[in-house]
Amino acid sequence: MIKLIKGLIITLSTALRSPVTGEYPMPEKRIPVKNKFMGFPALTYDFEIDEPFCTGCMVCIRNCPTSCMSANMKDNEKFTENKSSRKKIIDTFEINLGRCILCGICVDVCNFDAIEMSHEHERSKFERNANRVNLPELIKMGVKYQQKINWSPKQEKNRGTPKKPKTSNENNGNLT
Amino acid sequence: MITMNGKKMQFSNISTDINLDNLENQDSLDVIVNMGPQHPSTHGVFRLVLWIDGEIITKAEPHIGYLHRGSEKLCESELYSQVISLFDRIDYLANLNMELGFCAAVEKLMEIDIPDRAWYIRTILCELNRIASHLLFYGVFGLDAGAMTPVLYGFRDREKIQSVFESVTGARMMHNFIRIGGLKEDVGNDFKKDVTKLLSTLKTSIDECDELLSGNEVFLARTKGIGTIERQTALDYGLSGPTLRGSGIPEDIRISDPYGIYDRFDFKIPVGTVGDSWDRYYVRVEEMRQSISIIEQALAQMDEGPILGNVRRLIKPPKGEVYTRTETPRGDFGVFLVSDGSDKPYRVKVRAPSFSNLLALTKMLENSYVADSVVILGSLDIVMGEVDR
Ligand code: SF4
Ligand code: SF4
Repeated sequence: MIKLIKGLIITLSTALRSPVTGEYPMPEKRIPVKNKFMGFPALTYDFEIDEPFCTGCMVCIRNCPTSCMSANMKDNEKFTENKSSRKKIIDTFEINLGRCILCGICVDVCNFDAIEMSHEHERSKFERNANRVNLPELIKMGVKYQQKINWSPKQEKNRGTPKKPKTSNENNGNLT
Repeated sequence: MITMNGKKMQFSNISTDINLDNLENQDSLDVIVNMGPQHPSTHGVFRLVLWIDGEIITKAEPHIGYLHRGSEKLCESELYSQVISLFDRIDYLANLNMELGFCAAVEKLMEIDIPDRAWYIRTILCELNRIASHLLFYGVFGLDAGAMTPVLYGFRDREKIQSVFESVTGARMMHNFIRIGGLKEDVGNDFKKDVTKLLSTLKTSIDECDELLSGNEVFLARTKGIGTIERQTALDYGLSGPTLRGSGIPEDIRISDPYGIYDRFDFKIPVGTVGDSWDRYYVRVEEMRQSISIIEQALAQMDEGPILGNVRRLIKPPKGEVYTRTETPRGDFGVFLVSDGSDKPYRVKVRAPSFSNLLALTKMLENSYVADSVVILGSLDIVMGEVDR
C-alpha cells in the first residue's frame, strides 16, 4: 500500500511540471527539427553560376538501396560559353520519395555536393504517385534547405566557377 | 458447437479431433483461443494459439511470420554499404546495436583496425540505444500489467535520448550511422555536453520510473512468480540477454566474449533469482543503470582522433565466412556472413535473440492463467521485426 501511494505522489508531482510535449500541427508550438536532421533528399543549387550542382553522374542512382531515383544528363551550354566548370549538367531528375527510406547513402556517395538531406519531412499526398518529384521541385526543396542552414559546398572544388585559361595559371595556381 | 455436426472441428488451420462418444468420460474439453495476429499486446503481428481449460492454459503454440520481409535474402542483392540500412530495420527498437552487429562481422572478416574514437562513440550510442529500448520495455510492460502511467514516463525519457540521436546521426530511429570501419561522420563539439546533460536527467528519471512501478503492490502481484523459467530450462531453450539473466545466469557477451572496447569498462551484470516476470523486468531496470555507468566511463576515456579506419569506399571482403556475436538489448545477436569475394554478401544469417526467447513462451505459458499470458509475453520483450526478419 505504501508503494502504491508513493507512486501516486510521483504522478501528482508530475502534474505540476511544465509539459514535455509539443503540439504537432501548429507551427509555433511544435518542436523544431535539429540541424542535422535527415529529411527527404533534395538537389542543391549553385547561385553563383545559376545552375544546379548536379552533373548527372548517376553515382547516387547506382548506390540507392531502393532504386528510387532516375536521372538524365546533357551537355552544359554554360561550359561551352566558359561560364561554368561543369561539362555536363543534369537534364531530368526524378526521385520517388514514397520509396525513399531516408538512408542518406546518396548524400554520402555524391562527389559534387549536389544532393543533401533536406529538412522536408511532411509529404502526405492524396494521390498515389504524387511523391514522384521532378527536378524543379527537388531544387525548390534544396534551395529552401540551403537558405535555412546557410549551406555552402563542403569541398571548395565543387564550386562551379570556371577555371581560367592555362596562360594565367601563375596568378591563381591554388584556386582549385 | 460440438453438437452441431461432424466429428472434426476446424478452428482456422488447427484441427482437433473430438470423439463425441467419449464425451461423458472426459472432465472437460480444451477450448482453442486465437490471440492475435492483431492483438494490441503482442508487440507487433504475432499470433498465439492457446488451448484453454477453464482459465488455465494447457498448451500454447506461437505462429510467426507475419512480419517477414525477407531481409536476409534481400541482403544478398545489396552492396555491403546498403545492407547496413536494412539491418536498421531488423530490430527497430535497437537500430544502432543492429548496425554494429553487421559492421562487426564485416570488420572481423576484413580484419580492419577501428580507431579508438570510433569505438567509443559506437559504445556510447549503443548503450544509449539500450537504455532507450529498455525504457520502451518498461513502459509497455507496465501497460501489459494494467498500469497506464508508466508508458508515458518511459516515452518521455526515450524521447530525450532520441533527440540526442537526432542531433548526432540525423535520424531518430533509422540512423544508418555506423559504417564498416568506423562511423559515418564525427560527432559535433557539444556531443559530450549533450550526453552528460542527458545522463544526469536519465539518472533521476530512471529512479523515478523505478519508484513508480517496481514496488507497486498490484504490479508485484501481477508479476511475481508468473511465467517462471528455471536455470536449466532457460539454458536448454537457448535464451539470451535479460531473459536469461532473469533466471540467475550471469551471461553477457559484453563480459564473457568482449567485442570492441567493452573490456575497458567496469560494470556489473544484474541477475535475477527465480526467473519470473518480475526478475526479467527488474534486470532490465538495473541494466539501464549499468549502461549509464558505461557511458560515463566512455565519455571520460574518449579522446580526439580519426573516426574511420583504412577502408576503401567499395567494400569487398576476402572470400570466407565469419560469425560474430554482439549483445543487443534483447540478447545474443549473431551474424553469420559468407563472402565470395564480391561486393555483395553471399549469405547473411541472423541469429535473432527474440526468436529463441519467443520459443520459451510455450514452456512459460503452460499451466498459467489466461490473464497472465499478456504479462508473460510482455516480459520477454520481443520485437517481431527481429523474430521474422
Ligand atoms: S546528385 Fe551527385 S551523385 Fe547523384 S547524379 Fe547528381 S552529381 Fe551524381
Ligand atoms: S536517401 Fe537512400 S533511399 Fe532515399 S534516395 Fe537517397 S539513397 Fe535512395
